[in-house]
Amino acid sequence: MKRRTMLQLLTAVGVAGALALPAHAQKVTLNVYTALETDQLKAYQEGFNRVHPDIEIRWTRDSTGIITAKLLAEKSNPVADVVMGVAASSMAVFDREGLLQPYAPAGLQRVRAEYRDQANPPKWVGMDVWGAAICYNTVEAQKLGLPKIESWRDLTRPEFRGKVVMPNPASSGTGFFDVTAWLQIFGEQAGWEYMDRLHDNIAVYTHSGSKPCRMAGAGEFPVGISFEYRANATRESGAPIEVVYPSEGLGWDLEAAGIVSGTKKLEAARKLLDWAISDDAMQLYAKNFAVVAVPGFASRLTHVPADYEQRLVNNDFAWMAANRDAILAEWQKRYATKSEPK
Amino acid sequence: MAANHAARWRMPALAELDGRLAQWLLVLVCAALSLFLLAPLAAMLVLAVQDREGNFAGLAQFAAYLEMPGLAESVWNSLWVSATVTLITVPAAFAFAYALQRSCMPGRSLLRLAGLSPLLGPSLVAAIAFIQWFGNQGALKVLMGGVSIYGAPGIILSASYATFPHALMILTAALANADGRLYEAADALGASRWRRFLTVTLPGAKYGLISAAMVVFSYTISDFGIPKVIGGNFRMLAVDIYQQVIGQQNFNRGAVVGLILLLPALFAFIVDWRMQRRAQAALTARAVPYVARPARLRDGLGLFYCTVVAGLLLAVLGMAVYTSFVTFWPYNLAPTLRHYVFGLDEAGVISAYYNSLRMAAATALLGTAFIFFTAWLLEKTRGADVLRPFLRLMAALPMGVPGLVLGLGYVIFFNAPDNPLGGLYQTMAIMVVANVVHYYSSCHLTAVTALKAIDREFEAVSASLKVSGFLTLWRVTLPVCLPAVLEIGRYLFVNAMTTVSALVFIYASHTLPAAVSILHLDEAGEIGPAAAMATLIVATSTLVCLLYAVFSHLLLRRTQAWRQARP
Repeated sequence: MKRRTMLQLLTAVGVAGALALPAHAQKVTLNVYTALETDQLKAYQEGFNRVHPDIEIRWTRDSTGIITAKLLAEKSNPVADVVMGVAASSMAVFDREGLLQPYAPAGLQRVRAEYRDQANPPKWVGMDVWGAAICYNTVEAQKLGLPKIESWRDLTRPEFRGKVVMPNPASSGTGFFDVTAWLQIFGEQAGWEYMDRLHDNIAVYTHSGSKPCRMAGAGEFPVGISFEYRANATRESGAPIEVVYPSEGLGWDLEAAGIVSGTKKLEAARKLLDWAISDDAMQLYAKNFAVVAVPGFASRLTHVPADYEQRLVNNDFAWMAANRDAILAEWQKRYATKSEPK
Repeated sequence: MAANHAARWRMPALAELDGRLAQWLLVLVCAALSLFLLAPLAAMLVLAVQDREGNFAGLAQFAAYLEMPGLAESVWNSLWVSATVTLITVPAAFAFAYALQRSCMPGRSLLRLAGLSPLLGPSLVAAIAFIQWFGNQGALKVLMGGVSIYGAPGIILSASYATFPHALMILTAALANADGRLYEAADALGASRWRRFLTVTLPGAKYGLISAAMVVFSYTISDFGIPKVIGGNFRMLAVDIYQQVIGQQNFNRGAVVGLILLLPALFAFIVDWRMQRRAQAALTARAVPYVARPARLRDGLGLFYCTVVAGLLLAVLGMAVYTSFVTFWPYNLAPTLRHYVFGLDEAGVISAYYNSLRMAAATALLGTAFIFFTAWLLEKTRGADVLRPFLRLMAALPMGVPGLVLGLGYVIFFNAPDNPLGGLYQTMAIMVVANVVHYYSSCHLTAVTALKAIDREFEAVSASLKVSGFLTLWRVTLPVCLPAVLEIGRYLFVNAMTTVSALVFIYASHTLPAAVSILHLDEAGEIGPAAAMATLIVATSTLVCLLYAVFSHLLLRRTQAWRQARP
């Protein structure tokens, strides 16, 4: 009885699915999981379809944390064919679960070595860099008489007590690369000492990397530690903020692309990856990001310092992944509880 | 001959046949709940005893979680905040429900709608609105007296706001039916109004009060959406889940927290189960329905109180509506329609809106039928006694399950390669089912509260008259409970329009719901368009509620004539 109901159900679902199939069945459809912004997706899709009109991209878009968790939950039977525009740190997690199919896209050698997976052929390739940035609300700063900021150290000045917002590294990848960058720039001991002093000035640790900049943009708190793309987008939308790239060095992550292993549409997936590091694609990325994976594409962003790329710290993704639990435990111990053990 | 045969069959066996059919149906609903609630939940929570590679790890994950710094603080914060919210919301909602059901104040249907208004908008919007009212740029910041909204104050405010309608729905059902004779007796004995309230009204609503308290408590302790937006550094267990699963992709440890969060729901189940044995129906077969008579002081106080509460509730939504019409809050308050144009222009937002409408309609129709029928089977039929506690447990579980755990459980279970129901994954159907399961507890408690108010004598009488119990359901029980049934349908509809937490993992590119697209807009910093989309959802839900009110008014006038007090 139960079995028959199930069969009927399956038939019903099958028939409904068949009816819903589009008329042009020869078109290949790629399921692509992404954390890119909606407006970027449109441009990338158009760019890709100019070269490959026969491949339709079906995006599933959400924040990095959600998309990563979703793909992991589906790991026994992945729905996605390609992951594109998802953080390299998430790619490392997928790789550990054996979810990525190695592939060397055409023109791979043009991508800078530190912006792609070290394996050969690589499991993923970078598209562009998103680095740390501080959003500084000029209107509120003037009201409160706050000094200008040029470096991370400036944030520990007593004037900023209760004025700074940053992402919680336990919730947000952006927060995590801020912490690892400080540990790398200042050294382990001085890094934690720096965070101790910064902690005194932090009003709120948020659960998303975009949030601090949006809070700064809305004047909730005058200073938000966030990342470059969000900072520029917030300023574009009319918020009175100045974007600061601290001089000591910037933590960063990549937007990366990779093929999900076991995909039935390997041919089309490879074409998408080839396109993802093509000149066309890099030109589109450069509209939103100061640094893209292939050198030589000038950013069209204004207000980005000329030496931006030199300010990026030397990220070691393997080291970050291996020490993540230990760093977060230490961070939680120091800052996540009210009774601060000092 | 066939007729002869049938006649021989029908006469003696009706009661037995009835009972057996009910038992089979009971087995069927238990199977459905096992499949769509227990199995996905188990698929997620079993990770608590596994390591990352999927090997059995015993209690190692628990030990690791217990060693995390600040855990005691998380537990304590979760408990005291949830208790505070319960102590605020339940009395407030009870007074509101009392005024709606037991007074003759004017404008009751409008006030009822205002009381349910927190359900009309996505919970994200409420938390943002509270920041806009009480945050550092807030219009009412002075009221905070220098205390930051980020942290416990914000969570308690937002959670009290968000849980108010859930409690209101259960308490309205609890106060819907009462035996007028008890009130007459109390009056005849010269009891004061206050004494009458304490000895007649409160005991009659006891089951509803306890159910409402448990729903509010469990909801507050398991929801991570509110502390995520307005909680600041305040640690709670639900935030721990978010950090483990979304922040660090550690499903195993997230499952540990998920299991811990089930404890309040388990406790609720035990309380509910114990109360079953002592429960008495307020509305016996000989009861005379109680109808409130005008009383100037009570009606005036009720109207005043409800207007104030309704005003406060509407102010929250009002801020979101206002934000959708200004250029850039708080720096450029020039009015604009740009956000609506932009929001509607955004890829897929309009289709997301239609997705939500279809999903909400299906959730309301299927969910109401299934939940009410199951509650009826549980309360009004006999036999299959081993299944009943199980069914009660299934009904209590969802209120303790964070949407995130349910959503991931659905992915893991239904997307498994060897699951014959795998075809459901990536469809609208699975989202409808997930919604029904997610909001099961309050609806179940509302249905049970309404059913409990009706004496079992009705079933006994119909059995002795050789009328099928199912016919009694159709002819007597359903009409009597129609207000509660309509309430459940509306509740499911508006919740399905606004829910995010479970769906965020199971929507596919062609089934993106509007509430998720609002979340996306907010994440991208597009507060204006997010508020505009939210306003559209609120407007839709309000329209549906108004249509519903007209429809139910007409329907109730036909079916509730028995409520009129006899001259």
